Amino acid sequence: MDKLSRIRRELARNRSVYLMLAPVLAYFIVFQYVPMAGAVIAFKDFNPATGVEGSPWVGLDWFRQFFDSLFVGRVISNTILINVYDVLVGFPAPIVLALLLNELTSTRFRQFVQTVTYLPHFISVVVVSGMLLDFLARDGVIGQIVAAFGGTPQAVMNDPDWFRTVYVGSEIWQSVGWGSIIYLAALAGINPTLYEAARIDGASRWQRLCHITLPGLLPIIATLLVLRLGQMMTVGFEKIILLYNPATYETADVISTYVYRHGILDANYSYAAAVGLFNSAVAMVLLVVANKLSRRWSGTSIW
Amino acid sequence: MTTRVLSRPEPDIRAWRPRQGWGSAAFDATNAAVLLALCFVTFYPFYYVLIASLSDPVALMANRGFMLLPRGFSLEAFHRVWDNPMVRSGFFNTLVIVVGGTALNLALTCCGAYALSRQRLPLEKAFMVLIVFTMFFSGGLVPNYLLVRDLGLLNSRWAIILPFAVSAWNLIILRAAFNAVPKDYEEAARIDGAGDFTILLRVYVPLCMPTIAVVGLFYAVSHWNGYFYSMIYLSDRDLFPIQLVLREILVSGSTDSMMTGEAVGREALSNTIKYATVVVATIPVLAVYPFLQRWFVKGVLTGGIKE
Repeated sequence: MDKLSRIRRELARNRSVYLMLAPVLAYFIVFQYVPMAGAVIAFKDFNPATGVEGSPWVGLDWFRQFFDSLFVGRVISNTILINVYDVLVGFPAPIVLALLLNELTSTRFRQFVQTVTYLPHFISVVVVSGMLLDFLARDGVIGQIVAAFGGTPQAVMNDPDWFRTVYVGSEIWQSVGWGSIIYLAALAGINPTLYEAARIDGASRWQRLCHITLPGLLPIIATLLVLRLGQMMTVGFEKIILLYNPATYETADVISTYVYRHGILDANYSYAAAVGLFNSAVAMVLLVVANKLSRRWSGTSIW
Repeated sequence: MTTRVLSRPEPDIRAWRPRQGWGSAAFDATNAAVLLALCFVTFYPFYYVLIASLSDPVALMANRGFMLLPRGFSLEAFHRVWDNPMVRSGFFNTLVIVVGGTALNLALTCCGAYALSRQRLPLEKAFMVLIVFTMFFSGGLVPNYLLVRDLGLLNSRWAIILPFAVSAWNLIILRAAFNAVPKDYEEAARIDGAGDFTILLRVYVPLCMPTIAVVGLFYAVSHWNGYFYSMIYLSDRDLFPIQLVLREILVSGSTDSMMTGEAVGREALSNTIKYATVVVATIPVLAVYPFLQRWFVKGVLTGGIKE
């Protein structure tokens, strides 16, 4: 039996399974792989009138132009700094919250705290940004509280020195409760007899935390940290676009917002595609490296 | 004499605790205080927006500081928001996108998860690699935009539904759930003459309903919250979802369309209109929140732990 007729028989026998698979594969090919192929415009001088095929190759010119531009240092360091702050403060925050919740003896109080802290996760980024812009305006509620304590209210969202703090702080505000769920589940999975044994041996609360709880959480912490490090190049630019303005570009403009302005708003398609491709490639490398390190140090890896 | 000795309770090892010193008690008190403070910080902004939206615009304008009760009382802002045709059409468009988009998401994700959970499917591994790879690498914003444009989807609802029709992450979660269903059920159905579509609908979907609900919840939430792709793909204002309308009102600060010719108190009213808009846009979320809550933990777990 030759290969072709074998394939034909397989298709005929499982026709309905292939019918189900077809639209899903079509989706991934059209909406995921075609854009990946479309990224070749980063190496061409793309002209919408002549299309991708008809545009001339320019090699690495667009990449060179990006690295020679005045803004390259700014957008790369902003992207990295915002992420570094978020990993340093934002990553441990849900772990700490989960540990604090875990120490509560009252179930009802615990459920109350959880219900309240999960809520902001479901609020859209537009509403959160709108609230931030309003509260942090010169005459907003924060400004008026500052004034009541004798300070000088200022327009925080126009001050580049404050942007990263506000961004990272509001990220934590919105996600700390939601992020703690997974750690709470991991805590619930730790064998209670370990705690019994430790208590009988006279271990204090602090010792139990260090020798039972934290080691128990380590695998999930490592996995989530790898995933987080793999996203070092992708910041929530949807929120940055809502919050920033030309006065704060200095600290707020990240690679993705730069791509958005040049690619979509100014229609510099090839240039923006080159910057975007650089971003995706670095992100990919970071993920692979983080995964390797995690496997070596903690024995956990995502693949 | 001996009875007293016998009746002395045995030391119960389970009830035995190390001495709870003042340090431990101090920790408990501090912990409760910290968590209460966190709840306050999380909830007060929403409460502030609510009471500010109910305040008298001019009184609020004079003092926007910390408050526990509305300053004065006025429902004017809510009338303006409700009378705004953009807010109404925004809600309608969002409803269409959330319902239509989620339905398509679930249909495709179920079909894909079913097909990929068949072990006898040739090239199954290759298909999975193809799908998983998209979670870590993408063509980027500009090629995606050009694709949507070339497909002629600009300015149509399809532009914000089709490119997000399947999420690789959710597909993998659901496939894992389908894989966990014992194969005996499927065998039995097949012997009774059921085809693949019947098996999916009558065996897998009912058995995996909790996971499907969670996946559907995540799809629906992302449709409800999405604004960015609507912003770049839609220019026809009649198609704007509520988040884009909100963006205009809250971020760009254009409340003019909701005010007709007032000179006095204009700026004041503009403020309360913003607050009222936030309240109106948040109410649907708060209304479904209690019903969704039971799915949260399961959702995060299925989403966070790989198969």
